[in-house]
Amino acid sequence: MSKLIASAAIKAAHVLVKRAEVMLEKAIAEKGKDFVFEFPDTAFYLPMIYAMTAFPVKTLADMKVALAMTREMLHEEPDEKLWKPYLGEALDSGMATLFAEEIILALRYMDGLEPVTDPETGYVYNGFITDTIQRNLGIALVDGRMPGFAAIIGAAPDEDTAVKIVRELQEKNILIFLSGQAKDKNGKLTNVTRQLLSKGVTLGWETYIVPLGPDTEHTLYALDWAIRASLIFGGKKPGDYREHLKYQKDRVFAFAIALGEMDEIKWSTGGGAINMGFPAICDTDVPVIHPTGVCTYEHVVKEFDHDKIVQKAIEVRGLKVTVEKPPIPVSFGPAFEGERIRKEDMFIEFGGQRSPAFEWVRTKELHEIEDGKVIIVGTDVEERYKKGGVMPMAVVIDVAGRKMQKDFEAIIERKLHHNINEAQGLWHMGQRDIVWMRISNQAYKDGITLEHIGVIHNTMSHNRFKSIVDKVQVTLYVDEKDVLALQDEARKVYKERDHRLAGLTDESVDTFYSCLLCQSFAPSHVCVISPERLGLCGAYNWLDTRAAFEIDPTGGNQPIMKGEALDAAKGRWAGVDTYLKSNSAGAVESLNLYTIMDNPMTSCGCFECIVAIVPEANGIMLVQRGHTGMTPAGMKFSTLAGTVGGGTQNPGFMGIGVNFITSKKFLFADGGIKRIVWMTKNLKERLGEDFKKRAEEEGVPDLLDKIADESIAEESEKLMEYLASVGHPALEMEPMF
Amino acid sequence: MKNNGHKPAKTANKEAAIVLEWGDSRGYETCFTRAEKMKPCPIGESGACCKVCHMGPCRLVGTKAEEEGRGICGATLPVIAARNLARMVAAGTACHGDHGRDMAFTLLAVAEGEAKDFKIKDVKKLYRVAEIIGVAAEGRPVLDVAKDVALKFIEDFGRQRGEVSYVRRAPKKTQGRWKKWDIVPRGIDREIAETLDRTTMGMDADADSILNHALKAAVANGWGGSMISTDITDVLFGTPSPVKAEASLGIFKDDEVNIVIHGHEPNLAEMIVDVVYEPEMIEYAKSKGAKGINLGGMCCTANEVMMRHGIPTAGGFTNQELGIMTGLIEAMVVDVQCIMPALTEVSKKFHTKIVTTSSKVRMPGATHVQFDEHNAKDIAREIVKLAIDNYPNRKAEGSHVTETFPVIAGFSHEYIEYMQGGRWRASFRPLNDAIMAGRIRGVVGLAGCDNPRVPSTGMHKFLAIELIKNDVLVVSTGCSSASCGTAGFLTPEMAMENAGPGLREVCEAIGIPPILHLGSCVDNTRILTIATAMAAEGGLSDEIGGMPAVGIAPEFITEKAISIGCYFAASGVPVIFGGESPVGASREVTRIMTEVWFERFKGALHFEPDPEKILAMTFDYIDKAREALKLRKYEPGKFGAERVLMDMAARREIEKAAVPHAGVGGINESEN
Repeated sequence: MSKLIASAAIKAAHVLVKRAEVMLEKAIAEKGKDFVFEFPDTAFYLPMIYAMTAFPVKTLADMKVALAMTREMLHEEPDEKLWKPYLGEALDSGMATLFAEEIILALRYMDGLEPVTDPETGYVYNGFITDTIQRNLGIALVDGRMPGFAAIIGAAPDEDTAVKIVRELQEKNILIFLSGQAKDKNGKLTNVTRQLLSKGVTLGWETYIVPLGPDTEHTLYALDWAIRASLIFGGKKPGDYREHLKYQKDRVFAFAIALGEMDEIKWSTGGGAINMGFPAICDTDVPVIHPTGVCTYEHVVKEFDHDKIVQKAIEVRGLKVTVEKPPIPVSFGPAFEGERIRKEDMFIEFGGQRSPAFEWVRTKELHEIEDGKVIIVGTDVEERYKKGGVMPMAVVIDVAGRKMQKDFEAIIERKLHHNINEAQGLWHMGQRDIVWMRISNQAYKDGITLEHIGVIHNTMSHNRFKSIVDKVQVTLYVDEKDVLALQDEARKVYKERDHRLAGLTDESVDTFYSCLLCQSFAPSHVCVISPERLGLCGAYNWLDTRAAFEIDPTGGNQPIMKGEALDAAKGRWAGVDTYLKSNSAGAVESLNLYTIMDNPMTSCGCFECIVAIVPEANGIMLVQRGHTGMTPAGMKFSTLAGTVGGGTQNPGFMGIGVNFITSKKFLFADGGIKRIVWMTKNLKERLGEDFKKRAEEEGVPDLLDKIADESIAEESEKLMEYLASVGHPALEMEPMF
Repeated sequence: MKNNGHKPAKTANKEAAIVLEWGDSRGYETCFTRAEKMKPCPIGESGACCKVCHMGPCRLVGTKAEEEGRGICGATLPVIAARNLARMVAAGTACHGDHGRDMAFTLLAVAEGEAKDFKIKDVKKLYRVAEIIGVAAEGRPVLDVAKDVALKFIEDFGRQRGEVSYVRRAPKKTQGRWKKWDIVPRGIDREIAETLDRTTMGMDADADSILNHALKAAVANGWGGSMISTDITDVLFGTPSPVKAEASLGIFKDDEVNIVIHGHEPNLAEMIVDVVYEPEMIEYAKSKGAKGINLGGMCCTANEVMMRHGIPTAGGFTNQELGIMTGLIEAMVVDVQCIMPALTEVSKKFHTKIVTTSSKVRMPGATHVQFDEHNAKDIAREIVKLAIDNYPNRKAEGSHVTETFPVIAGFSHEYIEYMQGGRWRASFRPLNDAIMAGRIRGVVGLAGCDNPRVPSTGMHKFLAIELIKNDVLVVSTGCSSASCGTAGFLTPEMAMENAGPGLREVCEAIGIPPILHLGSCVDNTRILTIATAMAAEGGLSDEIGGMPAVGIAPEFITEKAISIGCYFAASGVPVIFGGESPVGASREVTRIMTEVWFERFKGALHFEPDPEKILAMTFDYIDKAREALKLRKYEPGKFGAERVLMDMAARREIEKAAVPHAGVGGINESEN
């Protein structure tokens, strides 16, 4: 019965709090109470404690305060007979467990014991998950690429079962965290990470399999990741624990699959997870907790059949997964995008400067093509393919549809990369005429043929672009002369397209598009996407959103009629304001697209880049996600990001997509790119030629050199010195305030 | 209830029956023997007797009394029956009102530093209360807040216009019904006074109008005096959370000084609880040859000190004389309400001293020690000493029973909220979910007195068992708690052995008994605030009315009970009282109190002596409410919620900025 679970959780919480206290005392004795600690790359201190209590743990002395609070959450174990209620107490103990585990892991980090290196395999676990990774995944979290999160704790009875469960989760695009250990069917203490490694499964963020550490306590890293979703994307205030936990329950679709026997620490960590609305599905004969209410559905269930356990977990968490898979003999899904194919595992490759290759999407009339048809043009095709090695390859995709427009070609084309990459054992890089594809030995063995490349594009183009594509026909050319001949034709089209796109301006259209995809995580954020300002995640431009609206008229991208221009310089339109009022849950009344100073755009949290004002320099700085160094604003990216996300307007701070920087509308009302006084080297390199072109247009051809980067200054004083020495134009511009 | 054998069973409690039989054999009089000797006056019992003026008393009897019967003044039977009921409500509201008033003045005395022996134990609750009634609290000193809260509550009693403070705490829709039918009480005393005024000779002659005002006076009890009392008691003495205790006439110890605290108000009782553990007192008891001091409670004082300190209870109202007949009680300390005048009579046969402590309750033959909160502990010590001094006088005479029953008590609103999710996730979601899924069929508040005219406590026991068997969660208060406790029903094991499969699953998940002891009779207000929180939580009714919930007082005796029944009816709860109807003479009054009230408030007050019928009516009300709310049809052993699997689009549509309900705050963290 569930009293057993409660007793175990309550007991383990006592043990862990005690352990944390002992470890902390030792650390204080060694390092002193003012010793400062932070997890790698986070702005949220010890995230769980911070989100729940608003108490920022910065030093060992702070940890002591936090542990004292934790101790208050401990309770007596329920009696054997005539017990007092235990559910609330067990859940408190669960939270106490998470607090204690957070402190224990922090102390282990201090001692260099985290992330753990597996003694058996030498594998280095992920350890703490950084804010950067969290934000990198932002768009995947909301567009269905990662509809859920599974924490697998323990070990499967055997390696094949471990692989089977993980593959099933991958196929459903569920992100998998691994932690803890248990005995396998031979009584050997092991864990899923080792079981997967021994089967050669590629682990890591790219494959959606993230081993956190070998102990149950390491599960906390996953929960720390989850709780930051409500801080980063949800904009929930630290300490507003009810809101945080409600957000977790309603929007973070996580669950635990506990494989192998349970112990007290597993139960108490599970108790912490149940606080967050995350249920546990166990493969052993455990007491169940079926009545609902803390979690959305059951809290603890058991499922002995490993063929059904994933399905059961998905049901219990209330997670709807729609997977559209082409009829091919290998697994398919975004989780397989990250798989690498090394040379020795490769069966055959196309392009990548080893052979001529390109991809091209063309619009045709409905009667011109036959839907679903794959044509392979070439000599001795079968024979050459069977030999492996290298082949030329032109992938020409002809699409037809009543709602098809020329502008959508590029959008469909951009997805070809994902189409191929999502197939297990197929690998894809680049686009257009710089494409590079590989098929692995294993995929070949599994029965992948050349025709399957066409089949994949066919199925997926239909799936992804349902309402604009009525017919798709794929032709593969594998003879070099055909490829080269067609390539010239394709190149002409690429050029035309680029030209047309460059001519698209905000003034030339009467409709912008919204992007509400992130509202599943950031309920009050609305992206307004115009031809000259792409989404802040960098994943959606105006054409994308227009196509998305055509595909799904009730979906996450909606047209916004610009209406009357209220302020042409700042980029404010009556239609945009009206739209925002009714779609931002009342959070945003008015928006200026071209300034950072007055009602700037809000952010969900997955911005590629942050623009922040540097008042003393009369300019702004730019830092991209993933930059871990200090900036002249006195804050690292992770801290800056904390002031920008969550769907609020913060004049002087804004999240943007990197490509917006080279738009003519970038801070148009504030003076444009001449305001940039500092940007990271990484950004300088990425923007390169485009930026130089814009700088010339602005009449400052050497602007890029006048802009400081981290090699020149990481703090305000040095920055000012540099700007003065190079005569940066911002110093002479009108004051920003 | 069927009687077994030839002898009429007078109590359904085994220990009580042993003592009673022993007393009977010696010819000692008790409420049971007196009830046997004297049948109720049938005219008065059914509400057909009018004695509000001296032209009468008039009795309207006969087959056509409803249509043709008239008093000397011309009052019809419906008017007379309605007036009688309204006056009972007024008296009940007065009782709980005085109780609440005393608590408010105690709080004021504490705030002004005049009652040094008391302190504010639950500061968090004080601040919550302040917030609800609109007293500024944040950043202010505790005692300043306490003073303003006390004054605001004191104002509620004498207010002439406006609204009683706690009315705003009810669901908006419930308040709307009250406004529509003009039953929002202005001041507690004002509604009592107006009831007496309206119902005297030559006043209101419209039964519906009289009864409507009775509801107003009743709301002044439930959302006034009683609620004030519950909350101030929590503030001063701590908000209860589960404790283990014992219940039975067998709690008294052969070799210790036995003191019983009996009545309703917790002020003196709390002080006695404090002083009996003082080493000097224990030493003093030892100096008189006793091994120690054993404190027990009785009636609702017992509920108060059990909920907060685990002090055992010797049982409910009908056990008070029997307690003395154990011969083991040195002193029975009484304050107010439900103190049988017979106590001093029966005490004469034993060494037991009856100690009265309230100027409102004086008894010839008792020792009076006037309680005064300004000097509380000294008075408590004086009383305990008096009891100790009486220990050497104990005689061998008495009926000793020894069996006791364990009890889990202490389910305050705050703890019930806490137990469903802990301090971080406290809510009523699990309870609402369980009801929606059909695990719990509905909720019954089992309340009210124990009555010697039925086998005392028997109706409570019968209903409690049948209800939980049918997956109905029971919350008990007052002497219903005592009845269930002395029967051994208030244990978590009860769920395993007797609850239906759905209710058992919920009890098992949380670790609770299927019958939750919510406190004393003023604590019925906890049911009101819980129902309000359930409405706010969502998924069931958005007001108290319409919930799959019923109130039952199967052995009601007092005017307080009638007042409680009426405030539940006015709040939207169908209520069924056991026993004969005090308005049974009038079909019209019966119709108004059931059909008309149900239409207006979704509540009703029925009287039904047959326990099987009470049960059937209860299930009927619950199942109809479920149907109206479009909940799953209740099927024992079959439950589950419709699973909604969410894709990304659905997640974007999740109700934006839904605010988690506020409840009355988390569990008291400062005490207990």
